[in-house]
Amino acid sequence: MSIRHPKDFLAGVMFVFFGASAMVLSLSLRIGTAGNMGPGYFPFALGGFLALLGLFILLRGILWAKAGQAWPVVDPKPVGIILLSVVLFSQILRPLGLLLSTAVLVLMTSKASHEFRWKEAVLNAAVLVAIVLVVFVYFLEFQLPVWPAFVTGRV
Amino acid sequence: MELLSNLALGFQTAVSPMNLVYCMTGALIGTLIGVLPGIGPVQTIAILLPTTFALPPVSGLIMLAGIYYGAQYGGSTTSILVNVPGEASSVVTCLDGYQMARQGRAGAALTISALGSFVAGSFATVVLAVLAVPLSELAFKFGPAEYFSLMVFGLIGSVVLASGSMAKAVGMIVLGLLLGMIGTDITSGVHRFTFGVPELSDGIGFVSLAMGLFGICDIINSIEKREKRDILKSKLTGFWLKMKDLKAAAPAVLRGTLCGSLLGILPGGGAILASFTAYMIEKKSSSHPESFGKGNLCGVAAPESANNAAAQTSFVPLLTLGIPPNVVLAMMAGAMMIHGIQPGPRVISSNPELFWGVIVSMWVGNLILVLLNLPLVGIWVRLLSVPYRLLYPAILLFCCIGLYSVNNNTFDIGLTALCGLLGYVFHKLECEPAPLILGFVLGPMMEENLRRGMLLSRGDPSVFFTRPLSLAFLLMAVAMLIVVALPSIRRKREDAFKEG
Repeated sequence: MSIRHPKDFLAGVMFVFFGASAMVLSLSLRIGTAGNMGPGYFPFALGGFLALLGLFILLRGILWAKAGQAWPVVDPKPVGIILLSVVLFSQILRPLGLLLSTAVLVLMTSKASHEFRWKEAVLNAAVLVAIVLVVFVYFLEFQLPVWPAFVTGRV
Repeated sequence: MELLSNLALGFQTAVSPMNLVYCMTGALIGTLIGVLPGIGPVQTIAILLPTTFALPPVSGLIMLAGIYYGAQYGGSTTSILVNVPGEASSVVTCLDGYQMARQGRAGAALTISALGSFVAGSFATVVLAVLAVPLSELAFKFGPAEYFSLMVFGLIGSVVLASGSMAKAVGMIVLGLLLGMIGTDITSGVHRFTFGVPELSDGIGFVSLAMGLFGICDIINSIEKREKRDILKSKLTGFWLKMKDLKAAAPAVLRGTLCGSLLGILPGGGAILASFTAYMIEKKSSSHPESFGKGNLCGVAAPESANNAAAQTSFVPLLTLGIPPNVVLAMMAGAMMIHGIQPGPRVISSNPELFWGVIVSMWVGNLILVLLNLPLVGIWVRLLSVPYRLLYPAILLFCCIGLYSVNNNTFDIGLTALCGLLGYVFHKLECEPAPLILGFVLGPMMEENLRRGMLLSRGDPSVFFTRPLSLAFLLMAVAMLIVVALPSIRRKREDAFKEG
């Protein structure tokens, strides 16, 4: 039996997962009664509703949707690079300071594009570091560590 | 008359030099970001939200409103010049606007877009000012049951008026409601779903969610799709409309304005529905319907006026009842709460200078946009010639910096990356993120009202059906669901979205 609408099927699975998780996690909270709802009541009810809805969408995707829909196509490179770069930025911002982190972020995220060229990316990074310094640090006075920690002796 | 004295108070606040500067800055940077292809008002507001935090609440909101219109106007510019709509409501503008540009009439299209939007915005501001006080007085009659049912109506409305699978949209709303529950429960003070992470005790940051789902995810998708953004190379001449063009477009502007003012108040579609409907009405009432889609000026004038009018009147439910009728306003509501203002009927009485100041600054913002942007179109177009591969790292950078500045911690940035991943998954599975944001913003309020309603009625759920106003909202919600489920309407809905 082939799955007629894989995207709906997977969406249904996702909703069932989230709904069931909500229900399970709510059980550790007080549920209470309808007239005196505890913190667990609404999440439990919503989780149950979501799980049922997910089941419906899942079954619809298998049984009675229009047949022959495509499976989702995933290209791991853009999403992987972008998300990893953002997480990396969050980790190096304090120790390495804004300027270095900016350069790293720009260079890494540029790599995600299939039109990547080294010289352009380096130039872009330099320009953006300058813009960031002027706009965010001097003009808007955001509270950001600018230079690396080993330079300023910052903790 | 009280209305005039309120407007005077508003003018005093809005036209103070500081606030004028913020309004102008907001309009300018909103247009700047909105002009970038693929970045619409929602993403723009998400990206620029942190820049408003350092400001006092009134100024911050005025700047945000400026960003909103700026982004809308920027989106129209891109639709006309590059055929890439900034967001759904600009799609219709592409149809005739881009054709006009290819015929060398981009100037006329841009001008009528700006002028039509200004006229529509002025009219809608008056509507807003007139409706504000009576609506909030009505809102005082609202008890928890009415609020809950109104929110249900609002959420169902957003599902119905959105495109795509309704069942999945409802699922996204519920998921949004659940995500809104992460954090400390207001009523009992208990931590829910925080997995022992202290940064989550205030819940998922609104900015993180919005940036991750809309900003970062959008960039990932664009890179993956390898979109070619075709920039119009020809010179922009002929900015000024000829008199006969203006005469022909005037009725279209008026029709669009009325359409937008009415539809903007409705939950869900707002600007999107308004622009589509205005276009279709214009086409049906034109003497040359076959010229639509090939560069008819009215085909640009009507939807542009409609979506600006709708953008303004969609503030009505937010500022008076505290209920955001669509995603963009859900973000404004989130922004208001971050500034410490609880949107709702009390805002008029407790912060009148804020309320009327924001309303008047909307009109001022519209004026500024017309005056500033027409001469600046040349600059915006040059901006569009920056290749996307150089642009998106900049956008990501501004997002990350903005995020850090919200709470001065790096956890938020990581959380945004997680939301970006979620957004990517949603996109792959064809689940729309917009209903999720709406559910996220409304979730805690809905739960509070549900609990209070049930507490007051001692556990009797019929209270939602026996109180007349509450029943009315629930019936309207059901009616909307039925209307959309009917096959004939479903086909029209698909057609409307196919046009775009």
